[in-house]
Amino acid sequence: MTTTEIEPQLQPAGPLHKTREKMGRRFAYGFLILSITPILIGYTWLVIATISTRTEGLLPRNAQGGIGGFTLRNWDFVTDSAIWNAMLNSLLIAVAMVIGVGIASTAGGYALSRMKFAGRKGFLSMTLVLHAFKAEMLLIAIFFVLRFLGDIPVIGNYIGFNTVGGVALVMIALELPLGIWLMKGFFDNLPWDMERAALIDGASRFRVWWQIMLPQVRPGLAALSLFTFIAGWNAYLVPFTFTVGTKVANMPVFLNQLISDTAPTNWNAVAAVGLFQMIPLLIFFIFTQELLLNIYAGGSKGT
Amino acid sequence: MAQSLDKDTLARAAIGAPGPQRGTLGRRVRNTFTAYGFLGPAMGLVLFFFVIPGILLVVLSLTDLSSANFSDPWTFIGLDNFERLFADPFFPKILRNTVFYVFTTLIFFNLGLALVLALVTTNIPRRSGFFFRLIWLLPRLTPSVVYILMWKRIGQADPFGIYNQLFPEFLGASGGNLFLGGSPWTFVILTNGFVGASFGMIIFTSALESIPKDLITAAKVDGANVWRIIRDIKLPLIKWPLLFIATYQTLSLLTSFEYILLLTEGGPGLFTTEVWALTAYKRAFASYFGNSQWAFGATWAIVLVTVALLLAVIYVKLFKFNELIEEPRIENL
Repeated sequence: MTTTEIEPQLQPAGPLHKTREKMGRRFAYGFLILSITPILIGYTWLVIATISTRTEGLLPRNAQGGIGGFTLRNWDFVTDSAIWNAMLNSLLIAVAMVIGVGIASTAGGYALSRMKFAGRKGFLSMTLVLHAFKAEMLLIAIFFVLRFLGDIPVIGNYIGFNTVGGVALVMIALELPLGIWLMKGFFDNLPWDMERAALIDGASRFRVWWQIMLPQVRPGLAALSLFTFIAGWNAYLVPFTFTVGTKVANMPVFLNQLISDTAPTNWNAVAAVGLFQMIPLLIFFIFTQELLLNIYAGGSKGT
Repeated sequence: MAQSLDKDTLARAAIGAPGPQRGTLGRRVRNTFTAYGFLGPAMGLVLFFFVIPGILLVVLSLTDLSSANFSDPWTFIGLDNFERLFADPFFPKILRNTVFYVFTTLIFFNLGLALVLALVTTNIPRRSGFFFRLIWLLPRLTPSVVYILMWKRIGQADPFGIYNQLFPEFLGASGGNLFLGGSPWTFVILTNGFVGASFGMIIFTSALESIPKDLITAAKVDGANVWRIIRDIKLPLIKWPLLFIATYQTLSLLTSFEYILLLTEGGPGLFTTEVWALTAYKRAFASYFGNSQWAFGATWAIVLVTVALLLAVIYVKLFKFNELIEEPRIENL
């Protein structure tokens, strides 16, 4: 192919092509902006509602029906001990999940990545299938497992039905197939020279895992922890199903009780609690953008 | 080769370990013990919260256990629950709802919109594309209760609803409540779709970004327009991610019901937006009659679990995930 043959075909790069490209780009932006409108509207309402007496559509209204009526009264809940209790429960669940999923996944992922033992293939295939399988359908049976765990003397009071520990345990288990797969992948990518040297020098497997391998998978563990924390912080279905009343409710359950119990619902107070609950998430959203997009790609989570 | 073999032999000699072929039984047993030590926590949790519940679900579906006879010993009633399930007057409706919900959400959002978003955001400057994808991630990041709260407010009746205020008398808006009146399905699909689309979007984006630039440039030089490039180059090259998302999201949609539970609880009225997974859940935990029919709920669940497990196995086989189960590299040291 000579240059003379290419010349005519490069013609589109002329002014006509430029306008078409511009049009295409304008169309692209128009479409994207339109697509995110509902999301932006939702958040705009959330923010406006938290600082106004009541809203009609997106407009804050005062008592006379005019625009205005800004108030901070919706934030009065911060002096309510119930919300701090719910906050504490949310935090406990999320932190327990980060620790539990972190330990079980790094230990399990390491064994599956580096060791050969009877049953390895079976366990690996099972986690793989469970990773794709949505465990929400097992909740009915897990209810009975939790009730059984609750009957165990002493520790039963902390991990049974209607306990924060029980909810955390279930949530840890449900995140585990994902966690194990992610961590196994991270271990698979590590060179094994250092590990081997340490083993030759007589270090135990546990020491190798703890002192040599864990520091190397720290970025992966950080990503998994962030993902797990968000899952724990946002958890609704499991805590809702396995807790009764307000003492063990976490933030999402508490918020939903606010919506359904009080009639008529004070939407503006509810919005304030909702925004309050999102503060840690918004902090993550602002500071870990790249990481978030990446873990949700590897995370394979959700609908 | 020879050198590495030497290194291995030396290494084994240094720790007094036999070679890979000469592993004694005692040593293998010890290796297995160590491995199970590491796997212990994970195995315990999987046993208690996946394996046992799976078995329990089958057993439950054969009993008549409910909160009414809950302190009595379990009575086994054979396959009565299954007969009752298929004879349920709302069974056809729930089945239709489920199929409609899964495929509409999948085609328009989790697959369709996801693909369009990925194509469009990779065709504009990198930073802008990243920005829009990030905004699309917000619904996924938002707690489900808060997320549904926003949608409820969008669909509320006059004068509070945002849609009714912005577009009075437009596209089905009549001033009334939209998600519990005018168009419940639209709201169910929108709420799920706005979360669902971002997953495919992220996966497709990374697949599209890994297409060699030369291919696109060559096609442009040959005079191909945007549509031809998408149809003849991009789509064929992301065939596997497309198939992956299609299977994975079918499974997800089939078994998830959290947003529907929060938005409509399967209503308005009788079973209007009720899907299979929600029926199972409601029968077991929130029956209208104040009676938690655990066994009957388990029956609904076990049918779905069977379908979900089959789909999961198919999808693992289809994507050759077995290759991930290769042998570990330093097993015998």
